[in-house]
Amino acid sequence: MVTWIVATLVFFMLRAVPGDPLVAMLFDVGDPAAAEELRQKYGLDRPLFIQYVKWCGLLLQGDMGRSIYGSRVPVSTIIIEALPRTISLALLAFAIAIGIAIPAGIIAALRKNSFLDHATTLLAFLGLSMPDFWLAIMLIIVFAANLHWLPAIGYVPISQGVWPWLKHLILPAIAAGTAFSAIIARMIRSSMLEVIKTDYIQVARAKGLRKNTITLVHALPNALIPVITVMGIAFALLMATTVVIENVFSIKGLGRVLIQGILNRDYPVVQGAILVVSMIFIFINLLVDILYTVIDPRIRFE
Amino acid sequence: MQLATDDASRVDSPEDVSLLRRSRWTDWWLTVMHDKKALAGLVILAVFVFMGLFAPLIAPYDPNDMEYEMLAPPSRSHLLGTDDLGRDLLSRIIHGTRISFFIGFTTVALALVSGVFLGLTAGYYGGWRDHLIMRYIDLQWAFPNFIIAVYMVAVFGTGIFNLTIAISLAYVDDFARLARGMVLTIKQEPYVMAARAMGASNTRIMGTYVLPNATAPLIVQATVSVSYAILAEAALSFLGLGVESTTPTWGLILAEGRSFISRAWWVGVFPGLAIMLTVLSINFLGDALRDFMDVRETQDLM
Repeated sequence: MVTWIVATLVFFMLRAVPGDPLVAMLFDVGDPAAAEELRQKYGLDRPLFIQYVKWCGLLLQGDMGRSIYGSRVPVSTIIIEALPRTISLALLAFAIAIGIAIPAGIIAALRKNSFLDHATTLLAFLGLSMPDFWLAIMLIIVFAANLHWLPAIGYVPISQGVWPWLKHLILPAIAAGTAFSAIIARMIRSSMLEVIKTDYIQVARAKGLRKNTITLVHALPNALIPVITVMGIAFALLMATTVVIENVFSIKGLGRVLIQGILNRDYPVVQGAILVVSMIFIFINLLVDILYTVIDPRIRFE
Repeated sequence: MQLATDDASRVDSPEDVSLLRRSRWTDWWLTVMHDKKALAGLVILAVFVFMGLFAPLIAPYDPNDMEYEMLAPPSRSHLLGTDDLGRDLLSRIIHGTRISFFIGFTTVALALVSGVFLGLTAGYYGGWRDHLIMRYIDLQWAFPNFIIAVYMVAVFGTGIFNLTIAISLAYVDDFARLARGMVLTIKQEPYVMAARAMGASNTRIMGTYVLPNATAPLIVQATVSVSYAILAEAALSFLGLGVESTTPTWGLILAEGRSFISRAWWVGVFPGLAIMLTVLSINFLGDALRDFMDVRETQDLM
């Protein structure tokens, strides 16, 4: 249902655009007759409603139309090609972000007001305030342009080896994961501080349990519950940064496809990309909701 | 927002609000003075606002003047160096302040006004209005904010006006959701019921009792949104979806300098630094504001 509404919206919003893709396409040809012919060929001369029904029908069959440029590659092919890149990048960024955020958040909470705590807080602020694409450029300047440790652009599929794949993704993933990491670290810190004050932690401490056991077994899982609530928001941020970062590192993932599509006024491609991006986002939010019930048995769906 | 400031004229308010307000502003001022982060934020922000307001007077050169040495490193005559077309980087960055701040504040003002209007209507009246508005908010919730902005630019086209509309539309749902939640709580308060019992009109109840009591979280949300809007504008400009290329904006300066970063680090470093400092200062202030107004942390991350 949501999917259908989103799809409809995506379709009509883009059709409402004053600019005509063919105008852009035939800019140098400048022949109205040729434009008319092309318009007929692509079905752009039919009434909007007919176009819409046709588009929905095809969409249900997984057909998102073809790019209006060049060899008219089907949109689904472009997206299927782009997806693994975006997913690789997003997953790696997520892993790096969580890997940094959880320990940082815990340490900051356990040593409240220590130097480490202040340093983490400041770093989190910096991470949230830094434009992702600028961080990406800084990383390129340092690690690619000057130290020559890692490549500055491009993508290699994992099938050609894990290291080449990873090598191309480390810098983009760090750039994409930083803001995400900052949000999560701050959330973990504040919710750990809440949890540490509770009775059951006092009891665990009174029982003489080891500090690490208390932190990792008793405090952390409970502290993660509120963190999960901001996950959806954090993922929105991660998707946004992924779109931008792909463009900086010339990774032909969904984000690059989307932006290129907009710059070229390639409607079918833009529609397809937006559709898939929002589907992923809806799916992730659903996952977060489910995860929520798993991690906190007190919550049940009615 | 306005209602909060001219409370002084309203003698029949339940408490002497004018007195309360003034002392709160003094409190706020004292808090800022004691909080190092907030103070730093205020100072940095003031510097940038000053730079933006008096850009033509402060900038040492014309930002579009191309008559200097190309890609000259920072020196005494060009403090931050020059770009690939021989334009003075410092002057361009100073002029870029204007667009960033204009877009940052205008978009949030627009989103705030329309979001609060929607949220207030939905929460206060309930019924079909609530259903309709909530469906809209849910729909927007299905897309990450930045993706909405990107899509809106695809629909409306680029340029400063369209960009403002696109970014503010992306943030409307945040404010609407927040305002609705606040209204639903405040509606139950005894003073609202008392006002209704005394025959106050709906508009009067909303304006006098509901809205002023909902300002704190809205102000915090607005502050955070300004920082996100500035980042979003920079990212859109960077991707080529921003303001016309004749206007220097921070994102655009970075995009133009991107190809030269291996030879000229300054074109990559300084514009981003300006963005980061601005956003950081706003985040510092927002954080102090949140502590001061005692707003829960979870509702404002994006």
